[in-house]
Amino acid sequence: MGPRNGPQAPQALAVPRRSRGTSRPAQSIIGRVSTSGPPIRVTLGELYRGFFHAGARGVGGVLPWVRRMLVEERRWLTAAEFTDLFSLCNFLPGPNTVNLSIVVGARFHGVRGALTALAGMLTLPLAVVLLLAALYARFGALPGIDAVLRGIGAAAGGLVLATGVKMAAPFLRRPRALAVLLVTFAVIALLRWPLVPVLLALAPLSVLAAWFRRP
Amino acid sequence: MSPLVSIAIRFAVLSLVAVGGVTAVIPEVHRIVVDVHHWASDAEFTQMFVIARAAPGPNMLLVTLIGWHVAGLPGALVATAAMVAPSCTLTYFVSRVWQRFRAARWRVALEAGLAPIAVGLVIATGWIVARGAQDTGWVAYAVTAATAALVVFTRVTPLWPLIAAGALGLLEVV
Repeated sequence: MGPRNGPQAPQALAVPRRSRGTSRPAQSIIGRVSTSGPPIRVTLGELYRGFFHAGARGVGGVLPWVRRMLVEERRWLTAAEFTDLFSLCNFLPGPNTVNLSIVVGARFHGVRGALTALAGMLTLPLAVVLLLAALYARFGALPGIDAVLRGIGAAAGGLVLATGVKMAAPFLRRPRALAVLLVTFAVIALLRWPLVPVLLALAPLSVLAAWFRRP
Repeated sequence: MSPLVSIAIRFAVLSLVAVGGVTAVIPEVHRIVVDVHHWASDAEFTQMFVIARAAPGPNMLLVTLIGWHVAGLPGALVATAAMVAPSCTLTYFVSRVWQRFRAARWRVALEAGLAPIAVGLVIATGWIVARGAQDTGWVAYAVTAATAALVVFTRVTPLWPLIAAGALGLLEVV
């Protein structure tokens, strides 16, 4: 935030990005960092294509691809906005990347945007999984599939880990948040405690700690 | 009751309890599909799980396959719709409320409190997925570490390590 923005800066940040009313050309958005600049305009076609590509590449997990698409490639969201929306989706029921497509789509185009992003993410995967099932039914076995999946699993784990590490970077300077992050990781990944009780215990503590944090 | 109606009801209920995604309710899906309704045998369930993992996309595709197995294409569409519609509707309305209270102190505290848990869960998922592939030794660890390093430190598309790792798997190296 440069001094040129003066005292109006916080208001500028609060302007919603979902603004189909503006006449800004859509192509000017791609490749630009979306910090406190003018509202971002994303067309329905772009939403569909963005989520189509994320879904199509999402072997072994869609989250890394959705984040890459939204934050690094198309820059529709900042890293912080992405983490906030994703954590909201994580605490709602349902597949969390599907929820993410709804939230991001709704942000830009309401109900139509939500349905467009959802359809974009599911089109190709649905076709592929049904094709695989048909092949399987016809030939009785998919030779080598276990071996290929074992290999992909090793790389996909690394991809998800890297995505988590990128998302964790802002917490390095906040000891309390970092502690919550590490405890979550330890009890889920190392101790393998069940998810729902862990969330029910940790979430209120963490939110309370954030509520009482001195500004 | 027609199987399509059973599918719709069962998966619509699961949709609303699947906090943490479909992975979290897979044991319950197994119970319903194999033990309660006898829609598939244990072995068939495992096959569907593997096929769903082989396809790109969200890991809810297992549900699509179960629908397909029970009632063909209509079953696949009904199962998929039942699994996403209730949770997506809820998510849509929550996100509208969320948007409206952008500056509220409770929302700021919720975001600040929930974000580190969500990120901890992402790292835990990566760990569990990677560990699932690790019974074959150091090559798998190396693939995981190399992929993670490539993604953190470069802008190369992660498709290459995924393809390379799949090939290594096929050659029985990993």
